[in-house]
Amino acid sequence: MKIKSISYIFLWTIFSVSAYSQNVKLLNINQLNERIKNGKDSTYVVNFWATWCAPCIKELPHFEKLSGEHKSEKLAVLLVSLDFKSKLESNVIPFVKRKNLKNEVFLLNESSPQEFIDRIDPSWSGSIPATLFIKGDKRKFVESEFTYEQLLTEYKKL
Amino acid sequence: MKKIILLFALAFSAFLAQAQTGTTLKAGDKAPDFKLKNVDNKEVSFGTFKDAKGYIVVFTCNTCPYAIGYEQRIIDLDKKFRPQGYPVIAINPNDPEASTADTFSKMQDLAKEKKYPFPYLFDPGQKITDEYGAKRTPHVFIISKTAKGNVVEYVGAIDNDPEGNKADKVKYAEDVIASLKSGQKPAITQTKEIGCTVKRKAKA
Repeated sequence: MKIKSISYIFLWTIFSVSAYSQNVKLLNINQLNERIKNGKDSTYVVNFWATWCAPCIKELPHFEKLSGEHKSEKLAVLLVSLDFKSKLESNVIPFVKRKNLKNEVFLLNESSPQEFIDRIDPSWSGSIPATLFIKGDKRKFVESEFTYEQLLTEYKKL
Repeated sequence: MKKIILLFALAFSAFLAQAQTGTTLKAGDKAPDFKLKNVDNKEVSFGTFKDAKGYIVVFTCNTCPYAIGYEQRIIDLDKKFRPQGYPVIAINPNDPEASTADTFSKMQDLAKEKKYPFPYLFDPGQKITDEYGAKRTPHVFIISKTAKGNVVEYVGAIDNDPEGNKADKVKYAEDVIASLKSGQKPAITQTKEIGCTVKRKAKA
């Protein structure tokens, strides 16, 4: 039994190490909604950013800090890049490696911004950075750049 | 409590900063004329195109991945529609201090390298950018010349495919001009402008 649980821990460690190897997956809106629906008891902080967006890059460390400082809480920070799909290998993955991002990073697999913007939030102009906060039925969308204090305040308010 | 007041103050100043940059013109609004320096050092205004029936004003820049992605499509719009009376007039809305690759001389370099068939204008102090309320690059304003002056007919995106890999794009800009040419009002007069935020000097 002990050996079994140790091996589970071993496997889990391998899994989480590989999850931390800064893999960037493609994600469409349906998959994002599914992910959030399946984790009803968690708080989701979904940040929309891109490698070419300077204010986004400036606030990314705050999202890293948020998840780092709330490890014991059921919080999932998802960093969803709006970079072009063709830039995944050349820009996004190298960026995520260089910044050593610990949060899960995705690249939005949608090609019609006119549609997906409204599906994230009808109030969204499409400008980034923008962040979606979800906890159970509560949903808040903020289209602006955060300081860490502002981000923490939004998270605590949920 | 202090913190809350501070947050309010910050939020309020952010709101003010937003308000200063001007609301975006929409269909039916009068399109303000301008006189801006082109990359060939000559001034361009609506009057430069004497025989035009209207204009495709595109706020675009050297640097944004969306602007770069749309560059060829903007060139193609001019090639297709200037002979039909709807020339492209491109205006760079970015502040060259905030975006150092958007200086007038870098604009000249790019226009030369890519052989822009249309004027590519520098907007000192972002004055025209703010009059139009251009928010992104690229941000398109299609304008028709009427008896009552120049009128905005459409504001938003060029098409629904920023990355440029869809076979069945909805070509908003082309559809608008097709409507105008047949004497109709366009079916779609506004879409979300998809692109990079206009670059401004950091507020002191």
